[in-house]
Amino acid sequence: MANMSMTKHPMPEQDPQVRSGNFQEVALGYTREIAMEEAARCLHCKNAPCVSGCPVNVPIPDFIEALKTGDAEKAYGIIRSQNALPAICGRVCPQETQCESKCVRGIKGEPVGIGRLERYAADTAMASGSAGQAKPADTGRKAAVIGSGPAGLTCAGELAKAGWRVTIYEALHTAGGVLVYGIPEFRLPKALVRREIDTLRAMGVEIITNAVAGKAFTVDELLAEGYEAVFIGSGAGLPNFQKIPGESLCGVYSANEFLTRLNLMKAYTFPEHDTPIKIGSRVAVIGGGNVAMDAARCAKRLGAEVSIVYRRSEAEMPARKEEVHHAREEGIEFRMLTAPTAILGDENGFVKSMSCIRMELGEPDERGRRRPVPVAGSEYELPVETVIVAIGNSPNPLIKKTTPDLPTEKWGGIQADENGRTGKKNVYAGGDAVTGAATVILAMGAGKKAAAAILADHP
Amino acid sequence: MYPIIQKRVLNETVTLMKISAPMVARKAKPGQFIIFRIDEEGERVPLTIAGTDPEEGSVTIIFQKVGYTTEKLDTLEEGDALLDFVGPLGEPSHTEGIRRAAVIGGGLGVAIAYPQAKALHDAGAEVDLIVGFRNEHLIILEEELRAACTNLIIMTDDGSNGHKGFVTQALQAQIEAGREYDAVIAIGPLPMMKAVSEMTRPLGIKTIVSMNPIMIDGTGMCGGCRLTVGGETKFACVDGPDFDGHLVDFDEAMARGRMFRPEEAEARKKHLCRLTGEAR
Repeated sequence: MANMSMTKHPMPEQDPQVRSGNFQEVALGYTREIAMEEAARCLHCKNAPCVSGCPVNVPIPDFIEALKTGDAEKAYGIIRSQNALPAICGRVCPQETQCESKCVRGIKGEPVGIGRLERYAADTAMASGSAGQAKPADTGRKAAVIGSGPAGLTCAGELAKAGWRVTIYEALHTAGGVLVYGIPEFRLPKALVRREIDTLRAMGVEIITNAVAGKAFTVDELLAEGYEAVFIGSGAGLPNFQKIPGESLCGVYSANEFLTRLNLMKAYTFPEHDTPIKIGSRVAVIGGGNVAMDAARCAKRLGAEVSIVYRRSEAEMPARKEEVHHAREEGIEFRMLTAPTAILGDENGFVKSMSCIRMELGEPDERGRRRPVPVAGSEYELPVETVIVAIGNSPNPLIKKTTPDLPTEKWGGIQADENGRTGKKNVYAGGDAVTGAATVILAMGAGKKAAAAILADHP
Repeated sequence: MYPIIQKRVLNETVTLMKISAPMVARKAKPGQFIIFRIDEEGERVPLTIAGTDPEEGSVTIIFQKVGYTTEKLDTLEEGDALLDFVGPLGEPSHTEGIRRAAVIGGGLGVAIAYPQAKALHDAGAEVDLIVGFRNEHLIILEEELRAACTNLIIMTDDGSNGHKGFVTQALQAQIEAGREYDAVIAIGPLPMMKAVSEMTRPLGIKTIVSMNPIMIDGTGMCGGCRLTVGGETKFACVDGPDFDGHLVDFDEAMARGRMFRPEEAEARKKHLCRLTGEAR
């Protein structure tokens, strides 16, 4: 008998007052009892509309069916058949616009908590140590993957499952890409990312760190070395700035730098770890996306008063509702319809304030979002010591520069069709390097499709 | 891991190390840099490459003990290893077509000026190599320097080697004596590179400087190494580290370099006891 509750079981969370002072995970996860109760809300629809909302086609009703009897390991196996990184997806996928947006239960009430159940299954199975994947039969085929973020890991996992020998080349000293340098510990514990990556290693995937594509080697050299296919999942690149005065002052970070210092280099433990971070007592974060929320919540945990400054209204913010909600709960101030016009420094070149102007929404732009227009005479000064710019990235130039016959878009992204095939033979690409900044799961979907294309093209 | 295969103390604060890093050695060219990390808690520190031996698979770095990480690096010996060593990063120096050059090195910058001078000299260019140190005890690599140029001028701030003055004064003297240069290449502390650029600007001599700002990944991701060059934002890691000295906003670069001074001092103080085993 289905559980006909109109709402999903709330996620147990650390108290906002407590968590805004630590970097431990905010969401604590369902217990077995809660998971079984929530699983019972699933109607197991024959046509499974939820699956059509999943970029990697997880058989959602089937894994939830296993959870109805509390069988996390069976559920995990079902998810793993389609998704290489379940514990990560259960945490950072925007389920509300994907699987859960298609859930029949969502028509009259809240959809089934698919993401939370996925997380429960993965965490439980991985904790019991049964998450290991048998090493598939070796076919002797070789592929190289550039970048060990979500796109690269997924592509590597799919190819390894098919018995290919896969080598991942990672530029940083730790594998995981944005999962380790970008997404904070309190949203995605790094130990968990390591475990997911260890699972891939156990399947035979080799990861070479400190290897920068376009510098230490080129795509053509990989092909010449005998890799039958090369997948490029090099992610997003150089941070964008607003081009307002004062962006070079001490105390202005790109979100990439701020988050990398904290997440990859563990600057929040300074001086235990050697990488420093400087934050001051008041911080402004410019932008309205998930990265802006992550940066703001990190700054809060370092003890600062934090304002998010966004030029449109909350309705236009691209961040997930859940992230906005969490940020607000933690005491982050939202200054909507506000645009920075200049960052002002003291006599030593450190930030002392940011000039802002209020905006109002005018006519819709070409993408249908109402364009913000400055309100004359509404300028004011916001006293801050740190400004974090979280307004997106431009593609990394290194691979483009050294692979002249790889077609790229005018804005610098790599051209690839919906299956990840680029204009260069045996070269595939996916994730932010192709689409510009997007989500973990879209990158995973792209990695998965590219792996399928590689297998189809190399029978 | 990246083993240290040779260590040579050049003076009381400057040390040379040859690191086994075949992937870097295979591709590195003058002007490029590496990033190293000593251990799991370590920070990522960029250093310009001072030399490579592709056959041996080694990369030479020369560093000055200026902060916690370089102090710690200096405690490592031959046979020890670095946890991470990535490169080559940045664009190689573009020195094609330069027939007559003044290569200027200040302090630790001498270590980087050396391979530049050598590459130019090996390519048949006439090279005046002008290097500066605080005093004669700090002079490094004299033999190597002499072999890498047409004309070596060593200046000391205190005149203890008999040539008192700054590298800019020596360059000025050379130019006044009638030397003509296709390019001046200046590598060293920001105030030195700024002074050289200011000197050559009115003379219209092309001047190349090598920037070494704060950076983390070094691959075009963090944006920490941004500089203003000719009014545009440039990233030292992917657009540089070499730039036209007449276009670089040195004052801004100097201010940005001060960002983490207090934290660096804190780290150094906190860790000194760990390094030396003494209470301070």
